[in-house]
Amino acid sequence: MTQMSDLLTILPVFIVVIWAVLLLLIDLWIPKGRKGITALLAVLGLATALGVDLAIQGQTSFAFNQMVVLDGFSSFLQVVILASGITAIALAYDYLKRMDIEHGEYYVLLLFSIAGMMLMTQAYNLLMVFLSLELLSIPLYVLAGFARSRTESEEAALKYFMLGAFASGFVLYGSAMIFGSTGAIDFPGIVAALNNGSANLILFVIGAALLLVGFGFKVAAVPFQMWTPDVYQGAPSSITAFMSVAVKAAGFAVLLRVFLVLFPSLADKMTPVLWMIAVLTMLVGNVVALAQNNIKRLLAYSSIAHAGYILMAFVGYGNGEVATNSISSALFYLVAYGLTSFGAWALVIAIEKEYGKGLMLEDLSGLGKRYPWLGAAMLIFMLSFAGVPLTMGFWGKFYLFRTAVQAGNVSLALIGLLTSLVSAFYYLRIIVYMFMKPGDRELHIDKWVSLVLVVTALAVVALAVFPGLIFEWAAQAVMLLQ
Amino acid sequence: MELVLMTFFPLVGVLALVLLAPHQKNVMRWVALITSLITFGLSLWVLSQFDPTKSTNMAVQLPWFRLAGVPIEFYLGVDGLSILMVLLTTFLTPISILSTWKAVEEQVKGFMIFFLLLEVGMLGVFLALDLVLFYIFWEFTLIPMYFLIGIWGGKRRIYAAVKFFLFTMAGSILMLLAILYLGLQAGTFSQPQLIANRAIYAGAEMLLFLAFGIAFAIKVPIFPLHTWLPDAHVEAPTAGSMILAGVLLKMGAYGFLRFNLPLFPQASVQAAPVMAILAIIGIIYGGAVAFAQKDVKKLVAYSSVAHLGFVVLGIFALNVEGVSGAVLQMVNHGISTGALFLLVGMIYERRHTRELDAFGGLWKIMPIYAGISMVVTLSSMGLPALNGFVGEFTILVGAFGSKVYGSPWFAGVATTGVIIAAVYLLKMYEKIFLGPVTHSENKSLKDLSVREIITLAPLVVVIFWIGIFPKPFFDLINPAVEQLVQLVQSAAMVLH
Repeated sequence: MTQMSDLLTILPVFIVVIWAVLLLLIDLWIPKGRKGITALLAVLGLATALGVDLAIQGQTSFAFNQMVVLDGFSSFLQVVILASGITAIALAYDYLKRMDIEHGEYYVLLLFSIAGMMLMTQAYNLLMVFLSLELLSIPLYVLAGFARSRTESEEAALKYFMLGAFASGFVLYGSAMIFGSTGAIDFPGIVAALNNGSANLILFVIGAALLLVGFGFKVAAVPFQMWTPDVYQGAPSSITAFMSVAVKAAGFAVLLRVFLVLFPSLADKMTPVLWMIAVLTMLVGNVVALAQNNIKRLLAYSSIAHAGYILMAFVGYGNGEVATNSISSALFYLVAYGLTSFGAWALVIAIEKEYGKGLMLEDLSGLGKRYPWLGAAMLIFMLSFAGVPLTMGFWGKFYLFRTAVQAGNVSLALIGLLTSLVSAFYYLRIIVYMFMKPGDRELHIDKWVSLVLVVTALAVVALAVFPGLIFEWAAQAVMLLQ
Repeated sequence: MELVLMTFFPLVGVLALVLLAPHQKNVMRWVALITSLITFGLSLWVLSQFDPTKSTNMAVQLPWFRLAGVPIEFYLGVDGLSILMVLLTTFLTPISILSTWKAVEEQVKGFMIFFLLLEVGMLGVFLALDLVLFYIFWEFTLIPMYFLIGIWGGKRRIYAAVKFFLFTMAGSILMLLAILYLGLQAGTFSQPQLIANRAIYAGAEMLLFLAFGIAFAIKVPIFPLHTWLPDAHVEAPTAGSMILAGVLLKMGAYGFLRFNLPLFPQASVQAAPVMAILAIIGIIYGGAVAFAQKDVKKLVAYSSVAHLGFVVLGIFALNVEGVSGAVLQMVNHGISTGALFLLVGMIYERRHTRELDAFGGLWKIMPIYAGISMVVTLSSMGLPALNGFVGEFTILVGAFGSKVYGSPWFAGVATTGVIIAAVYLLKMYEKIFLGPVTHSENKSLKDLSVREIITLAPLVVVIFWIGIFPKPFFDLINPAVEQLVQLVQSAAMVLH
């Protein structure tokens, strides 16, 4: 029987789902052209959930026969995801109007996707993992194609759907293998089967590998990254911004939990594979980004590269002493990356003239001189991406590389550092265009987009001056990981 | 708290500049100048309370935050190695700002903001005693300099700016890795504590020495890592070149003194001959290439490579004469080369060319300019009674007597560098100032204005002061150098 405590455990998710359903109905009565109200209501729902999430920080409980869990880890990531959702709506409001694709469903679909992500951070059963994955993905397929009449958008949606469906298939197949191997689908059951030796290890390893592949698609790790540039470029920028942060956060949430809870015994087999994936992801993302002239594609490759940095944290997951540091460094990096990324995408949204137009690097010429504050904000984001001090990105890399060195992976840290050097080159290119090339483009910057720019830029710097707060929060979140 | 106040005071100016309207160009210049002058005043205040015999003065040690149990501190302090570097920074900054009065007309606000931010970064580098804090300041100086070159520079400014940024960052990466390793092994990032716990990481000393050393060698720059320097110097605006040569290059040499020598003394002793050979190659090569230049600014840039070769030679002599000579020579090079860049900038503003062949006979047309140029050129050459001589002589004495070099040949070969310097500098002087006036455009050139004389005067005064009466400077340096040398030598005893 469903009990009150069960509901409390998933209260934030519950709020978002109910809100989404209600909003779908309410939106019918909101006249066309006043969809700002829908956006506002969606933000209200997310803010309520965020408030609840902040209030229940530090609590731990299970619900629905251990189908879902509430712990520091899940509430940390839910805060990240909800904040991403609110930011994504702020970015979308004016953008949708300008691109003439303003429909109320946009916000509703976004809420459903967010609910899926939130549930994903709480999943404690492979079925729940799959269910939340689908709840996350299906609305996103629609959103990627939201600019329906445009071929780019449709292409993005189709590509995302095809590869996403494959990824789901991998996850499902992997879950089936693990079920076949251990006879259990819930995390405690699987762990128990592994501990008492009743599991078929070969099947288990295959299952684990398939899960890794499936989620590798979601977080865009090499060699499962092919869809990313096309989808990021073709989808509406406001959705790309959301995908580049929130989907990655949710994907890494599952990967981290699954690896830490289910696969510690596979560490010796998994570590070299993860090492390889992390290195390839950093290399491919950063090197290919060098050749990009479209800022959306450039940021897409940069997001692949950053997934590679986060994957560094996985390599040491089997080493008990390092594991907690690894995970909290990954969480910290996610926050740093998320803030920086939203800032950078806000700029993309500000400069996008027509759908997909005005996004070449040349289009940035002279913006730094004409709009010094915009330029300063972008400078902060690019430095943070490159990992230059007095930005969050620096501390993120500092912590990640420190953990890699601690785990004895000096080679990995070195590759990470060298690829950041490569990345500095293309991030600097953006700065070069903005500040050092002549041009006089006029921009129309919406107030909500400016707000996102200001808040993220200030946060990236302020949290770099006082990084202790987030460090401690992330460390705490991992301590409470179930 | 004196140090904190001094280091961050330029931010007050930055804040004031941000609030000014874009057309108030003169107000901006005055704000920047006054801010930097007050900072200079604050550094004199620091000097007045400075006790050379103490290993850290006016230390500020505040807990910042802990990362996985290891504290990262906001830890500043000043000693005999850093005090002159701090003074050099605060002394050159107002002079550089004064030099831009007419030269920078575009985006004055941005220029001044970056300049003051650069000053904060440089002061932080010289004062930080926590490795992470040091790294932050070290990397931070890159950003303003990158913009100074990239926005206000010459034709190939973007190429030069990006090259400058990437070269330095490439070096820093290895240093960051070494810092991470040290912090993990010793459980602290504080430089004094790391020295005390040297035994913990003794096994990896050589690798750590290299990781730090490459970062500093790029900055100094030591041959063959110098290739970014000519580009950056030629493209940078005059004030940028002054600070680049005057202070930023010193950060590399200072890094060797502050970190490589005391943290990795055994590796320093082992590496000393190699470093000396690279330094000597730099001296000869820099001099030879400088001789071949047709562009005055490039000539001065390559002369920096040669001069800093002397500094490195002095540092790795690992005796009191060598190291204190090197510290003094760092100041001397900052003053003399800073003045040379200033002089080049002044003539460029008038003629918009820096080609040696475009000049000749200026002695008659611009007597004040020619006179000051002579003093500065001779000081850079190392003429006795001027500052360059004192530094180079002390370094060579140190190199001759150095036990780690073990052979007087090092100093012997380096001495030829002094002659080469005389050759290219006198050639430069002759081509510009002597002989008949060959270009009619030069006939109408105006001599220095009062503002320009005021800009140059303090530099000339210091050139004579150090040349004639260097004792107060050595008094500041020596106690710290003696401690450092003793530390390195006792570690070397263990080695043998």
